[in-house]
Amino acid sequence: MDNLTYYIQQLLTGLTVGGQYALIAIGYTMVYGILRLINFAHGDIFMAAGFFMVYMSATMPLYVSLPLTLLLTVILGVAVERIAYKPLRQAPRMSIMISAIGVSYLLQNFATYYTGGLPRPYPKIPLIGDVIVIGNVTTSWITILTPILTLALVIGLVMLIKYTKVGMAMRAVSRDFETAQLMGIKINNVISMTFVIGSFLAAVASVLFFSKYPTVTPTIGAMPGLKAFVAAVFGGIGSVPGAVVGAFVIGICENIIKAMGYTTFSDAFTFVLLILVLIFKPTGLFGEKSTEKV
Amino acid sequence: MKKFLALVMTLAMVLAIGAGCGGGGDTQQGGTQTGDKVVKVGIFEPASGENGAGGKQEVLGIRYANSLQPTVNIGGEEYTVELVEVDNQSDTTKAVTAAQSLASSGVSVVLGSYGSGVSIAAGDTFKTAQIPAIGISCTNPQVTQGNEYYFRVCFLDPFQGTVMANFAKDEMKADTAFVITQLGDDYSSGLGAYFKQAFTDLGGTVLEAQFQTGETDFNAILTNALNSDADVIFAPSSIQTAPLLIQQARQMGITMPILAGDTWENESIINNAGQYATDVYLSTFFDENDTSNPAAADFVTGFKAWLNADPQNLTNNGDSDGVAAVSALGFDAYNVALAALEAAGSTAGPDIQAALPGVTYDNGVTGSISFNENGDANKDMAYIKTINVETGAFDFLKTQSIAD
Repeated sequence: MDNLTYYIQQLLTGLTVGGQYALIAIGYTMVYGILRLINFAHGDIFMAAGFFMVYMSATMPLYVSLPLTLLLTVILGVAVERIAYKPLRQAPRMSIMISAIGVSYLLQNFATYYTGGLPRPYPKIPLIGDVIVIGNVTTSWITILTPILTLALVIGLVMLIKYTKVGMAMRAVSRDFETAQLMGIKINNVISMTFVIGSFLAAVASVLFFSKYPTVTPTIGAMPGLKAFVAAVFGGIGSVPGAVVGAFVIGICENIIKAMGYTTFSDAFTFVLLILVLIFKPTGLFGEKSTEKV
Repeated sequence: MKKFLALVMTLAMVLAIGAGCGGGGDTQQGGTQTGDKVVKVGIFEPASGENGAGGKQEVLGIRYANSLQPTVNIGGEEYTVELVEVDNQSDTTKAVTAAQSLASSGVSVVLGSYGSGVSIAAGDTFKTAQIPAIGISCTNPQVTQGNEYYFRVCFLDPFQGTVMANFAKDEMKADTAFVITQLGDDYSSGLGAYFKQAFTDLGGTVLEAQFQTGETDFNAILTNALNSDADVIFAPSSIQTAPLLIQQARQMGITMPILAGDTWENESIINNAGQYATDVYLSTFFDENDTSNPAAADFVTGFKAWLNADPQNLTNNGDSDGVAAVSALGFDAYNVALAALEAAGSTAGPDIQAALPGVTYDNGVTGSISFNENGDANKDMAYIKTINVETGAFDFLKTQSIAD
């Protein structure tokens, strides 16, 4: 393997990992933008999407199970908001956050109980898991598809936020919760919409993630969830493009560190980055001023 | 209204606690119907976490043994054996809590665990509580070192590492091995180190890489392996890691053989890795098709029938009626524990601990079991197996023992 091929292979891996983090990070950043809440259960929604697909595809063909998985994940995300966050809307922010941690553990333990704690094989989706050879680089379709699909979804989302009525409502709510409410914006619908989008993207991320790493376990959401959270903070929490850029930076950097043989420090790097950002630039790369903030 | 709600919730919690204790009480009384006296045997195994699938297979072996031998004669009296199961979650911090709960439930002897890290972590708890523990498939030397209360029925990693190094050198004709281990996991890093030592002694070169616990992406490490002049990969790791690593390697176009240790003999790895699990070799404790030992043949037939009788058992065995080596070891460990209880003539921990070194169990499914001065089983044979992608099962390749 020559040097160029080697670097391309490593970069591709980094981009894929970054793409997966990005899709999860958007969920964090959007919820934070609107509710000022760090939704700790988001990583577990991602995990639940994996299990939905596992159980669904056991009995149904792919063209039914895939959309159904996306739908169920969205329902779960909205249900979590309705049951665990909405009753606490007037409570101190800390209460909601603790509620979020509770939901996170609930989902993990329920999954452990239901699945018996064994790793489950993720169904194979035809085509995207296949191996392709480009020049000297051997990789799978999913590796190439992930960053492209991520970017397409993000562009779609930014358009939605910028040019649609519900997007405008989201921007208004993220600016000023109370005033937006006074102006007649149906705050509950906007919040639900945020969870719909966040959960949908988490479900897409889970399809991409588990097609590449096809083992679903109850705690699998924890690490990608944390990394995505760091990515959201790094990019400036509340900013969608920021979260995406942050996710790609983290994905690629982690991979470079691993490739250099310093695996010991790859996770440490991510969290040191979090601390440094919080100390020196708490607003992240794309600070508070960004108009795409949701 | 709020006060009322708070009252109701408090009441619900109190009731829940009561129900929890009640549930525990029920299981404790479960085995008492046939005899008046009960001896408790603790099962310290992971039912979840990265080695949950392996722990379940060991528990299946123990439960099957218990179904055949539900009573034991201690000091002239017939005792019913009651199994007390805890889940150590494959996690070294949770393992200590699980061990403490076993100690407080008053078990006489403990069986387990799958995985060395959890056994090492819980070793001190058992030692302090003076409960002898019989390790089933924890292969790291540190499990029994300096702990007179820990015994084990399997071979050790220095042996296993040497076996795999010989296999890589002689059978795979490898000169350079790429060793991938899990940071902070006693089993993985220990076995990796012993393999490295043995392989270097044989004149080979070793390249190394580590990954973090819970890692799912091995592409960076594997790209380095592909880019090196390694002939073989040695990756002792958890059941959860194995299919991810195998699949990513094959998708990247790595064709070199992948070698590992005893943890990889688990059906869920074949289920998860599917078509990619080619050229995978591992060493383990037992082979179900080995007919040289009549006890083993009986066990395999009986165990298969027992598995097939209950769909839940089949699920726990990875949707297959293949007999895992760890189930056979679990079966043996249970019988060794009964032999020790009989020899001790007492249900007190220190008595059993004193009796264990003198126990020789000849009818072992995995061979005769006796203990050396460290409390380790005198075993000197490993079974090397490979994954057959077509049949989705482990094919026996050869037995290997080393003269030292």
